[in-house]
Amino acid sequence: MSETAAGRGWGGQDVRRELHSELLEINMGPQHPATHGVLRLLVRTDGEIVHGVTAHIGYLHRCAEKIAEGCDWRQWMVYTDRFDYLAPINMNFGYAVAVERMLGVKVPERAEHIRVICAELQRIASHLIAIGTFGLDMGAWTPLLYCFREREEILNILERLTGGRMLYNYFDIGGLRFDAYDGFERDVLAFVNIMEQKIPEYDTLLSYNKIFIERTADVGVIDLATCLAYGCTGPVLRGAGVPFDCRKDDPYSIYDRFEFDIPYGEGEQGTVGDCWDRYMVRMREMYESCRIIRQAVDALPGGPVKAEDLKKLVKVPQGSLYTRTESSKGEIGYHVFADGGSKPFRTKVRSPSFSNLHVIEKVGPGMMLSDLVATVGSLDIVLGEIDR
Amino acid sequence: MQVMTDLFARIFGDGLSPLGLLVAGGLTMALIMALVMALCAIVFTWAERKVAGFIQSRYGPMRVGRWHGVLQPVADMVKILGKEDIVPQDADKPLFLLAPFVIFVGSLMAWAAIPFAPGFIAADLDLGLFYIFAVSSAATIGILMAGWASNNKWSLYGAARGAAQAVSYEIPLALACIPVVMITGSLNMNDIVIAQQGGIWRWHFLHDPFLFVAFLLYFVASIAEVNRGPFDLPETESELVAGYHTEYTGMRFAFFFLAEYANLFLVSCIATAVFLGGWQPLFGPVFLPGLVFVIKAVLLVLLQMWLRWTLPRLRVDQLMHVCWKVMVPLALVCVLGAGIWMLATGQAG
Repeated sequence: MSETAAGRGWGGQDVRRELHSELLEINMGPQHPATHGVLRLLVRTDGEIVHGVTAHIGYLHRCAEKIAEGCDWRQWMVYTDRFDYLAPINMNFGYAVAVERMLGVKVPERAEHIRVICAELQRIASHLIAIGTFGLDMGAWTPLLYCFREREEILNILERLTGGRMLYNYFDIGGLRFDAYDGFERDVLAFVNIMEQKIPEYDTLLSYNKIFIERTADVGVIDLATCLAYGCTGPVLRGAGVPFDCRKDDPYSIYDRFEFDIPYGEGEQGTVGDCWDRYMVRMREMYESCRIIRQAVDALPGGPVKAEDLKKLVKVPQGSLYTRTESSKGEIGYHVFADGGSKPFRTKVRSPSFSNLHVIEKVGPGMMLSDLVATVGSLDIVLGEIDR
Repeated sequence: MQVMTDLFARIFGDGLSPLGLLVAGGLTMALIMALVMALCAIVFTWAERKVAGFIQSRYGPMRVGRWHGVLQPVADMVKILGKEDIVPQDADKPLFLLAPFVIFVGSLMAWAAIPFAPGFIAADLDLGLFYIFAVSSAATIGILMAGWASNNKWSLYGAARGAAQAVSYEIPLALACIPVVMITGSLNMNDIVIAQQGGIWRWHFLHDPFLFVAFLLYFVASIAEVNRGPFDLPETESELVAGYHTEYTGMRFAFFFLAEYANLFLVSCIATAVFLGGWQPLFGPVFLPGLVFVIKAVLLVLLQMWLRWTLPRLRVDQLMHVCWKVMVPLALVCVLGAGIWMLATGQAG
């Protein structure tokens, strides 16, 4: 087409100036139902097509790492609770392991077993929320309520165990704060029995629903290279087809004693690393968690739950250590610096959601707006842990 | 309306001129329809919460009104009346204020041609079905007005989606009704119902396989037409906050709500009249026609609620795909098939 013809309308008038268009900048969040908390996504859109995404974080920043420098080693456990408020026990676990490794303390067997049981229960609870809210992002309300029904059972067990329903503060350096109540094993087994029957229910309601598959398969594909570039871990990395799990590949606590598989994305409904794969990894992980819980309950020994030779005011020998554990969101790392005193010199938390979230800036452009919502939902981020 | 004018004629005798009778009858009918709409919203909001509760293994409202929270809608209404009426500072004020009523009126007007019982029809139009589709598409203008006037990007998204969806799904909706019009030879709603006399086997959706498919197409398109799940894209809570009515508060919001549930019942009423025999019972002679009609329509509404609380939502492009590449061709095939069927079985001409 010649240049003169290009700028002419039907009436021969110059239409070039009228055909001016620009991208629409739109703030998704910090108050928005799809951003799972106080995430703000600055989205540049052309109609329904997303041209660019910028994630703005920090709305929930509470200086947790700085606070650590002002309180002693045991006291900071409370603050780790508040990182991932959907899986506080996994956060506690990482910190406890980090300090114990620096101290060289041997945690009693009973405490280790109860820790694993709690951490796996917590993982199921967290995945239930992830799956439920992901369904909600797709417009399916009902699975969310079903997920909360099962999560309630976990919360009841943890409430009986710790007294808290949201923030437990149950782990302690060198063990647990107190022993489990009578009948803890029975409650846990009863729950696991129910849970294993309920997972097929979610599958029929959501996982293999035609509309759900249409909405999630081939959507938001995050491949291995992107995962490595952005440091994605947890279900996002496993969804990309890599069976990497700190519980197996860098064992901590007593995870090396249990038999379990690591689910990973196989592109069953579409491409490897799409939203459906990430979702399914979580679904299968709940099965595996149930398996671990059963083995841990069977092997639960008696005895103390606190390391005996530990003073109330812990003094950690000088040095630094990075410890990673597997939380429900991915690899939670604590880089702890000690100067030999009773307080941490510095603690740096490596948050899995932080790394996972920023992939959205890479995979976001070119998507539909609805797919953006789906992808953010499938990353399963918790802002408390990103901002700390 | 005939019923009403006859009633007034009997009450006032010669005291009212024919024009007066017409006006009085018309006004009474309009009032009844407005009340039916309000009642729809009241009953269906409660029903929806109960259905949702039942599906999601919880109770739903239980407190207000002693028995299963029956007075919950009343409490909601009182609450909503007490809310502040906010107009956003940068909104296009006249359009913003007008939009809820455009939607509401569009819905109310369509009610005029719904035959609830023999003779109980506000306007017995020869072009009844055509009229219903024509006026109910006015709601699209209301959606666009609301979204544009709110001066909110999310509202605009909702409005654009809503308009695109309503305009697209009207086509399969109307096409699905054409085979019925071919069989009946009339667009008059009364005639369509009367043609289905004589038990369930005479109802249009069982007339032939093409009409059965047409009924299913109509049902799916009607869900999309009233913007409900799985086609609730204009108000996708998880994407667009609340779509085109994000900025509305209090009574103005209530009008959107009212119109939504009234439309829900409206499309079910059309389906009842066109495909499910209207006031004709399953078998035997006509018996409590109004009640039979309402029961059929309410069952369809419950079915729509069931779908909403079970299925995830489609994406915009998938929604359009379903409409233009699946439903419209299928509807055209149904029109063709029904015509061939009529020729083959000797019903034509």
